[in-house]
Amino acid sequence: MKLHELTVHELQQKLRRGETTAAEVVESVIGRIDEVEDKTRSYITVLRDSAREEALRADEEIRQGRARPLTGIPVAVKDIICTKGVRTTCGSRILHDFIPPYDATVVERLRGAGALFIGKTNMDEFAMGSSTETSYFGVTRNPWDLERIPGGSSGGSATAVAADECIASLGSDTGGSIRQPAALCGVVGMKPTYGRVSRYGLVAFASSLDQIGPFTKDVEDCAIMMNVIAGYDPRESTSVAVAVPDYTDYLTRGIEGWTVGIPKEYFIGGIDPEVESAVRQAVAVVEGLGARCIDISLPHTDYCLAVYYVVAPSEASSNLARYDGVKYGYRSQESRELMEMYKKTRSEGFGAEVKRRIMLGTYALSSGYYDAYYKKASQVRSLIKRDFDEAFKACDAIVTPTSPTPAFKVGERTDDPLQMYLSDIFTISANLAGVPGISVPCGYTENGLPIGVQFLTSHFEEGKLLQVAHAYEKSSGVEKRRPNL
Amino acid sequence: MKITKEEVEYVAHLARLEFSGTETEKFTSQLNDILLYMEKLNRVNTDGVEPLTHAATLSNAFREDRVLPSLPHDLSLANAPDRKANNFRVPKVIE
Repeated sequence: MKLHELTVHELQQKLRRGETTAAEVVESVIGRIDEVEDKTRSYITVLRDSAREEALRADEEIRQGRARPLTGIPVAVKDIICTKGVRTTCGSRILHDFIPPYDATVVERLRGAGALFIGKTNMDEFAMGSSTETSYFGVTRNPWDLERIPGGSSGGSATAVAADECIASLGSDTGGSIRQPAALCGVVGMKPTYGRVSRYGLVAFASSLDQIGPFTKDVEDCAIMMNVIAGYDPRESTSVAVAVPDYTDYLTRGIEGWTVGIPKEYFIGGIDPEVESAVRQAVAVVEGLGARCIDISLPHTDYCLAVYYVVAPSEASSNLARYDGVKYGYRSQESRELMEMYKKTRSEGFGAEVKRRIMLGTYALSSGYYDAYYKKASQVRSLIKRDFDEAFKACDAIVTPTSPTPAFKVGERTDDPLQMYLSDIFTISANLAGVPGISVPCGYTENGLPIGVQFLTSHFEEGKLLQVAHAYEKSSGVEKRRPNL
Repeated sequence: MKITKEEVEYVAHLARLEFSGTETEKFTSQLNDILLYMEKLNRVNTDGVEPLTHAATLSNAFREDRVLPSLPHDLSLANAPDRKANNFRVPKVIE
């Protein structure tokens, strides 16, 4: 095994035992980036020099016996998460030259744990998309088939892990933007409970739904990353002061005696038959581990997508009002008065999908339509959350497919926004209800495309989520393959 | 039609965006499709249901009112497209 192919926990051991050095690990990852990056386009910015410097400091730390949990581990961060002194673009022209004067809390925490920053990953512009095709910096490709999309919006964070261009990464998930690309790229991706991980320094898309989470090569790594990034942050008023357990404690507990719910609304027409069969098989594995699988109902599932596409654009239209060409970012040069400058700056700075959602949100919040759209959607959102609250009275975890289809072709859905939105049909509900979810690889299609299974648990039960995901992963019998690049 | 071309132009102004004629037509038709899809929300009886605007059940998040260091002027202005001394510079606002 090459060093860049290893997991966080494998590298931790090797580094501590002196079997390798952080400098060697970083060189291995940089070599891999140089080898495959022109195929995957995972990154907007690669931080070769600073990562090399950080590696030297990490090796010094290890020599002195002061290694921290992620000392010497190269991680990548989605380009929507602020990094002090390092360009943070959100995949948009309007922020193409924005250099944050501060670190996001998650970046501070990763730094505090010793991690090395290897780069900023590509994404759909402002995280609005399911395919990483809307970035101003170009399309990211799925390492399993370069003709196909990697999912999105955190596509670059998923491909960087899948193609071994980093050891682990962070993404953000507003409607599935971590779990869906994780499924389509054959890696593990988790969206924590709303409030579990600080959003301070995460550029806002839809503030009541956004949550940061990890992409990793296995579930154990996910627990290690969660140990680092989870927790209360006084700078973020929606972060919650619930104690953070050691998530790795949950990994070996098994799920004997658990009740696991299978929601009938998630196994409907339109699912790819290979996806359905792989997920049904995953359910059988879970049952084989001593869990009782029961049929449950989440009756308002069919309304999740409509609710999401009112709520998320409404919040986005308000959040993105700050891009006005005054304080930072792109400004159109030709305007002679202020209103003209605003309009030209925003029209030239934003791409089509972002404009579409700003328009949708502005319309939904505008005078005369607020009750019909935003208020109505928020009421239905209440019912969706109530469905989950009821379901978790009867079961410990819920199992569903992560995405209705495997990775689709580049360009296939770009002209049909509604068709694109349907990619997130199984992941959106967790954001609306605020519950945590994880996608774990559960097989491959005949053409060799990865398939993911999604587990969901109740609020702040990431421990149990990792417990069931790890138990499944260990017994799934899914062959560990690497994309052939 | 859920939304007309004129409404799209009005909403664009509210959002401080401008479109060409063909863009306006494309947006009108796409927004129509999306808004028609959203009609399905009207099938749900929401009488007496409180709107949920946040997934966390937080009330006010209070903290001590302590003065902490804030961004210095220079850093705050470092990304400005145009500046003069310690100010952001913009095109003329009034005639």
